[in-house]
Amino acid sequence: MNLNKVLKGLLVAVPVLTLAACSSNNDTDAGASNEVANQPVQAVDQGMSDAEQLRQQLEALRQQNTIYFDFDKSTIRSEFASVLDAHAAFLRARTTISVTVEGHTDARGTPEYNIALGERRAQSVQSYLANLGVAAGQLSVVSYGEEKPVDAGNTEDAFAKNRRAVLVY
Amino acid sequence: MTMILKWIGRTAIFALAVVALQAKASLEIVITEGVDSARPIAIVPFTFVGQNQPTQNISQIVAADLMRSGKFNPVNVMRMPQQPQNSSQFNAAAWAKTGIEAVVMGTVKEVGLDRYTINYELIDVVKANGGVGQPMMNAAGRMVAGSNHILHSSEITIAGKLFRQYAHRVSDVIYEKLTGERGAFSTKIAYVLVRDKQEYRYQLVVADYDGENEQVLLRSKEPLMSPTWSPDGTKLAYVTFERKQSQIYIQDVYTARRSILTSFKGINSAPIWSPDGRKMAMTLSKDGNTEIYVMDIASKSLNKLTNHRAIDTEPNWAPDSQTVLFTSERGGNPQLYTVDINTKATTRVTFDGEQNLAGKFTPNGQAIVMVNRTNGQYNIARMDRTTRQMQVLTRTYLDESPSIAPNGSMIIYSTLHGSSQVLALVSMDGRFKARLPAVNGRVKSPAWSPFL
Repeated sequence: MNLNKVLKGLLVAVPVLTLAACSSNNDTDAGASNEVANQPVQAVDQGMSDAEQLRQQLEALRQQNTIYFDFDKSTIRSEFASVLDAHAAFLRARTTISVTVEGHTDARGTPEYNIALGERRAQSVQSYLANLGVAAGQLSVVSYGEEKPVDAGNTEDAFAKNRRAVLVY
Repeated sequence: MTMILKWIGRTAIFALAVVALQAKASLEIVITEGVDSARPIAIVPFTFVGQNQPTQNISQIVAADLMRSGKFNPVNVMRMPQQPQNSSQFNAAAWAKTGIEAVVMGTVKEVGLDRYTINYELIDVVKANGGVGQPMMNAAGRMVAGSNHILHSSEITIAGKLFRQYAHRVSDVIYEKLTGERGAFSTKIAYVLVRDKQEYRYQLVVADYDGENEQVLLRSKEPLMSPTWSPDGTKLAYVTFERKQSQIYIQDVYTARRSILTSFKGINSAPIWSPDGRKMAMTLSKDGNTEIYVMDIASKSLNKLTNHRAIDTEPNWAPDSQTVLFTSERGGNPQLYTVDINTKATTRVTFDGEQNLAGKFTPNGQAIVMVNRTNGQYNIARMDRTTRQMQVLTRTYLDESPSIAPNGSMIIYSTLHGSSQVLALVSMDGRFKARLPAVNGRVKSPAWSPFL
């Protein structure tokens, strides 16, 4: 699973950066290593650039950025915990990055009710991430209700694909 | 007369203000149910006198209007015993045998460059025969005296391009004379057209009630929702996502000028004007939950009507302006409630079915039209407010967004036909049903204008 890779990537990121920092800053003494570890941007210039690493992380997160919901429900199913955990870990590590959670519904019900339901779904994801320590300022929500289906069909399968929240960076 | 002048003035303004593109006439009505119960009427083809025949045919437009009302069945010319031009040629005895209740006849005379004088008369066949069993005609079948069988006669001189609008006025008159209820043929509908393959895929469109004269008011890459008419019929309020969040705008239908009304954090949804046009009820989630608010349009001050953690949305004004109907899931699933705008006391209105949404008061306030979910099916239903009797009116699939004609005769709504979203009509009693299929694109969120 791609996300596991992302998670592992995040876990190993700090030690790698620290090593890189040590090797590239020969004039600093050992006691400064903690300080160097807090300046990863400078450090990674010698290895994978931070921009490149960010690009890869975002690419991996975008691969799994969708949470699906049951009909007329906005509760997060347990199977999506790992997906949200990965996004939360990333956002905690990258406090300058913000994400918009888009809420969507299937075509059943009325457009105006579905705007409210879509917001509920987006808010569920927002509070889940906030509970995992993501700062409120990094999170925003928008509901498109039934207006932006990924599958314009009207089968149960299409409805299931459309009942979703999407994390957009 | 003032009404006709006002109408001509309005039409001229509308014609000049067309900055938008024609979206192609994409609505063509297919009647699916209810022709049998309609009253037979004869619209005799109007006689043309002159050289240059206008492209629009008044008698055809009138016949189409009356058929679409569900109350009349205009008969084929083959069933007409004669084709009189005016009442002096009318043979009452011949018409009496046909079972046809009323006859419309007229002439179109070319009187100048693109100027035409139109005369028409509406005859009650039963009265022309002196009522049941009391013939008042002579041996030749001609009327002997009196003219109370002529329910209406009229003359006007207009340009050819106004024929369609004038024909709808003729339909309004005939409908009112024969039913006692005001006709709604000179009205418009606003709706959202979605063309998935276009860059500006969301279009806000205004058309005549029959789908003719489509004008695109706005095109957007992001969703457009919930168009709703001002009570004077000059403006639309709608929701746009053009700034990647919902906002409510007000746009003048005739000048296309627009202004932003709300852009609060969260949902800005479901606008609807108060009957006096001064306030707008809406759904906002600026404080976290979706709640119903009333905004004074001039001062922008807000009055919060609901305060509940459940979803509250889809406000609709009662004709008395004191009560707002809304959808709430506070009881566990979406049902209709009313809230008193002064005391803020709420009352549950619907109990039948798994869900009831998008409630709309009929113009006389005596019934509520809504989307009802029963056994997983979404259909349009009507509930009488006194008897609380609920009647499901449609059998179409995934019905939503009901909007009521200003005379209360008909409901237009959005539904699924085959794999595409189209508009459909159902009469208030559920007997007449018709479909307005889109040639290209999904058609949503119809809003019937007030009387114009």
